[in-house]
Amino acid sequence: MNEATSPIFGNLNWQVTPYTDLLRDVNSSTIVGAGAASVLVLGTIAGVALLTYMRWWGPLYRNWLTSPDAKKIGIMYIALALIMLARGIIEGFVMRTHQATALGTLAQQESGLVAPDHFAQLFSTHGTIMIFFVAMPLLIGLINFVLPQQLGARDMAFPVVNQVSLGLTTVGAALVMISLLIGKFGTGGWTMYPPYTGIEYSPGEGVDYWLWAILISGIGSTLTGMNFAVTIFKERAPGMHFMRMPLFCWTSLCVAIMMIYAMPALTVSSAMLALDRYAGFHFFTNEAGGNMMNYANIFWMFGHPEVYILILPAFGVFSEISSTYSGKRLYGYTSLVIASMSIAVISFTVWLHHFFTMGQSAGVNIAFGIATMIIGIPTGVKIYDWMATMWRGRVRITAPIVYLTGFFLLFVIGGLSGIILANPSIDYQVHNSTFLVAHFHNVIIPGVLYGMLAGIHYWFPKAFGFRLDEAWGRRTAFLFVGGFVFTFLPLYVLGLMGMPRRSPTFQNPDFMPWMYIAGFGAVLMLCALTSLFWTFWTSYRNRLALAVPGGDPWNGSTLEWSTPAPAPEWTFPRIPHVQARHDWGETKRSNDPWRAPKQYCDIEMPSNTPHGLLIAGASFCFAFAMVWHIWWLAILSFLAVPGLIALRGMMIIEPKIIKAAEVEEADCRFRQQVANLSAVTRADEETSRNRGVPDVSEFAG
Amino acid sequence: MVEAKWIARCFLFASIAGSASGLCAAEPMRESFLQPMGPVADEQFNHLLRVIGITMVVILPVLVGVPLILWRYRYSAPLGEYTPRWEFSKKLEWVLWGVPVLVVVVLASWLWYSTQKLDPYEPLGPEPLQVQAIGLDWKWVFIYPDEGIATVNELALPVGRPVELTLTTDTVMQSLLISSLTGQIYAMPGMTTKLNFAATRPGVAEGENTQFNGTSFGRQKFTVRAMTPTDYATWTAGGGGGLLLDEATYTILRRQTVLAEARQDLGLEGTAQPIRMRATEDGILERIVAKYHTSGRRAHGWGGTGRPSDNSVQTAE
Amino acid sequence: MSETNLYPGLNLGSGHGEAHDQAETTVFGFWVFVMSDLFIFGILFASYASYLDPIGMAGGPGPQTLFDIKSVAIQTAFLLVGGVAYGGVSIGTKYEHGRTVVIASLLLCAALGAGFLFFEVKDFITQAGKGGVPQASGWLSAYWALVGLHGVHVFSGILWISAMIAQIAVRGLDDVVKVRLSMLGVFWHFLDLIWVGIFSFVFLVPLA
Repeated sequence: MNEATSPIFGNLNWQVTPYTDLLRDVNSSTIVGAGAASVLVLGTIAGVALLTYMRWWGPLYRNWLTSPDAKKIGIMYIALALIMLARGIIEGFVMRTHQATALGTLAQQESGLVAPDHFAQLFSTHGTIMIFFVAMPLLIGLINFVLPQQLGARDMAFPVVNQVSLGLTTVGAALVMISLLIGKFGTGGWTMYPPYTGIEYSPGEGVDYWLWAILISGIGSTLTGMNFAVTIFKERAPGMHFMRMPLFCWTSLCVAIMMIYAMPALTVSSAMLALDRYAGFHFFTNEAGGNMMNYANIFWMFGHPEVYILILPAFGVFSEISSTYSGKRLYGYTSLVIASMSIAVISFTVWLHHFFTMGQSAGVNIAFGIATMIIGIPTGVKIYDWMATMWRGRVRITAPIVYLTGFFLLFVIGGLSGIILANPSIDYQVHNSTFLVAHFHNVIIPGVLYGMLAGIHYWFPKAFGFRLDEAWGRRTAFLFVGGFVFTFLPLYVLGLMGMPRRSPTFQNPDFMPWMYIAGFGAVLMLCALTSLFWTFWTSYRNRLALAVPGGDPWNGSTLEWSTPAPAPEWTFPRIPHVQARHDWGETKRSNDPWRAPKQYCDIEMPSNTPHGLLIAGASFCFAFAMVWHIWWLAILSFLAVPGLIALRGMMIIEPKIIKAAEVEEADCRFRQQVANLSAVTRADEETSRNRGVPDVSEFAG
Repeated sequence: MVEAKWIARCFLFASIAGSASGLCAAEPMRESFLQPMGPVADEQFNHLLRVIGITMVVILPVLVGVPLILWRYRYSAPLGEYTPRWEFSKKLEWVLWGVPVLVVVVLASWLWYSTQKLDPYEPLGPEPLQVQAIGLDWKWVFIYPDEGIATVNELALPVGRPVELTLTTDTVMQSLLISSLTGQIYAMPGMTTKLNFAATRPGVAEGENTQFNGTSFGRQKFTVRAMTPTDYATWTAGGGGGLLLDEATYTILRRQTVLAEARQDLGLEGTAQPIRMRATEDGILERIVAKYHTSGRRAHGWGGTGRPSDNSVQTAE
Repeated sequence: MSETNLYPGLNLGSGHGEAHDQAETTVFGFWVFVMSDLFIFGILFASYASYLDPIGMAGGPGPQTLFDIKSVAIQTAFLLVGGVAYGGVSIGTKYEHGRTVVIASLLLCAALGAGFLFFEVKDFITQAGKGGVPQASGWLSAYWALVGLHGVHVFSGILWISAMIAQIAVRGLDDVVKVRLSMLGVFWHFLDLIWVGIFSFVFLVPLA
């Protein structure tokens, strides 16, 4: 913090970059910091240069950034998540490397790869990024892409709001990214518990970066939740009764409802902390009647449902793939629906288990401990239901099934540690330890990450028209499973041995073997990340051999497989009339599944608009200005947001009309193509003979 | 049940094989409740094994069943029959819901029992030894009000007598854990919390703060010595030594330092040896709690309430 | 979703589906938003209750010193009458009384809202003069945040009303504007609802 705040530049000056630190003192910590900033700078320059050289700015703006199409918005969300995932995994690797070199003594200064404050920034950004800017965009992106197609809708209920949500999420991610180069990030972990993160103990821009990233992306997520909920309630195709919806839509509905109710709690706790920091309020300060226990309560009122927001879409994906890749109907549809909804509701009643150790009475702890265990019942039922789905099936060991298997075997261990932690008497011991770190990675990596990667692999052809390379997909999956096992199972042991989480140093030499194993796991994770990107690249290069223009490469049973791959902007030439739960499966069992609709009509689609982009731009300027106390810019950009909304309100917006003739032409071309392609059985699913037209004699759904 | 416990025990001991070598040393520093030194940690360890054992009922079917299903029903060379349209069975539903429900009922009963039993606010016996703990940035001050002794980063206890530790902090929120004796509880400014426990065998254990609170968080450890009653009597008879825990000393301790640095600030020799002080003033902990109950402005006395700045370091010296 | 499901309360041109479907979706979405907003207020109410004790007040000025129940009653009157006045907008839209009636009713709502804000801000200034600033104690932080957020909502409501007046003047009462007026109505009454909570729990409970 510099002494005077400039009226023009606020607290910004040339001293805030990691390069200044590097010049002041060259050591491994400042080199890592400056290296990370350089990767950001060079990456941005390379990106801009590529877009300019390839003349992609125009197409990027016209076809993507201004598009209100949920499918494209979904893809952009996932692209954002994958970029952030790369940073998150690299940070994890740096932290594991640091701890493998961090053995010290009580008398000596902390040693190791990075300085303690740097380490604290790493675990704070790692957590923030992985939860809010990897897991959330992954699941929101996947739902955006899949949900309307499965419901038989052309778009979300509020396409422009959807665009704004994407913009706001990106602003949050951009703030966390730019903190690499300009200034520092907070050191209070992803939960940023006050009073440590109050202005007294954490002056400077660090916590503010977190606050504004969370507040702005949180508003985006709230809007997303509303959008999903309204889409599911109001935009289903005729005949798509609730109990005919694919399971993925059901879990999306749970997610939407939880977002609507949970995100406001995060908004409130962050806004209160911001008031404490900016305006001297006393919500969570030590003095003057502040009470940090309220922060813990409000934060986890969001935080616990959030965990299930993250995992339920993955449960939806697992429901889809376990059925499709087994060539068998999903077992226990109603059970799964009831289980998903129970999880959504019960998840709001367990938040106190995040702080059993705050000193409340045993009775309160018992109530919340038991509630926590109860949530394990529907979760267990779901796992058994998927096993029953695969039982007496014909299971193809594709990449998504490798992820599913990894999930089965690892998630139950996470469930076991969850049940252990749900016991207040044991939680007193392992709370705040690496046991807890191992637990939540054990549920989030096999649950969310594997689920989302499986989903990406499954629906990728629908988005881009070609399959992902199966061999590389499986290699990636195996690496992620192995990486998890080696990185996090040792942390269970370390936690039981008494190692607290977030430790920049430790003194027990017995920890070291486990640290090395975990370090090896982190190397595997890096390999998995590389392999993931390589899968995309190599599949792109072989896109002709992997192309599936027929649109149904896995012989699926839900509506989205009835359209071409990639799906056209309007998705369905005519809105389908749904007759059954496994509508596309039933259609394929009837005569001529790819018959053309009797007539085509004009299709109204929302027209492109830069609205989301402009709001995101204004929000970013506002947040950045608030972080650095550049008040004039903050005021201007804050006023710009309602200004933009009011301006759009004044305009009469005409939808984009796609002529019936155009739809007919494209659709006939697709039907023609399907007729000319030869159908393949599942035995040839992974070969280049798979052009997306399945042999309908094999059972689907 | 018994077998499950034994399997779990073997698994756990195998998994801490690394620390087993440490057990052979002359005076091992116990850091884990897997090496319990008292009834609370002992019961927590037992309960851990119990929970693992019971939960295996629902977990083992998955660990065994998934590889079997994948093998038996793989597309390339399936062994079992193929029932693609089978999607529901009432009997199976009863099992799928029933077994987890039963397991949770059993687990919940045990949870209720053990949480009641291990309530940290319940004294383990009559007349527990009263000790107070004040969390500071990167060290702990322990006060023995009845003995007139205070220490930094050392907690001495007589074996066999229950202990009641009253906690607060004079900085951000912290969490005190002595794993081989008892679980942790948060210490918060302006508030007190309690831990009740006892040591049943002599030994040395490590205690620590587990709630991240800044740069030197990793070095905020303290030594717990469970002594025989005679040793403890000798320890208390030794008194507090030359240093007096008064406002001036406390203000120096309150700076953001680790023990080794605090020793230097107080002009003491040595590196990371605990500090012993006389604590003759009454109600030190109460005064520190009360500092936070004033309106708006900073409190004065006993180091005030804000973050100790670098300036105060210089003025104090 | 079907033609039988006409959106009630609005006169949206012909009886046939399209516009009604869209209106139904949009207004339902706004209800969902209001529900989410209600949750924000709910948490702030709970926080206020948790700071309403001697520790939370930390020796700072308390409700007896700060609250002027007469002024609060006047504010209540302004706000609730403002809610009634919105009836003019709804009826004017439904029975096509024309732009003038609708704009006049909107202006009346805005004026009553402004009256509410005038007295609320006046109270805030008086309270600050007595030392009742949000920096004084946890309880005052909670009070200012909760009542202040409601005030900000009323202010946004007035901004929205102005925007709608501009839209009616420029675009006329087209279907889109009618749907927006319907959502504004939901919002405006929602503010009354919150205020009833504030009046009872924030002001009356501590004074009782």
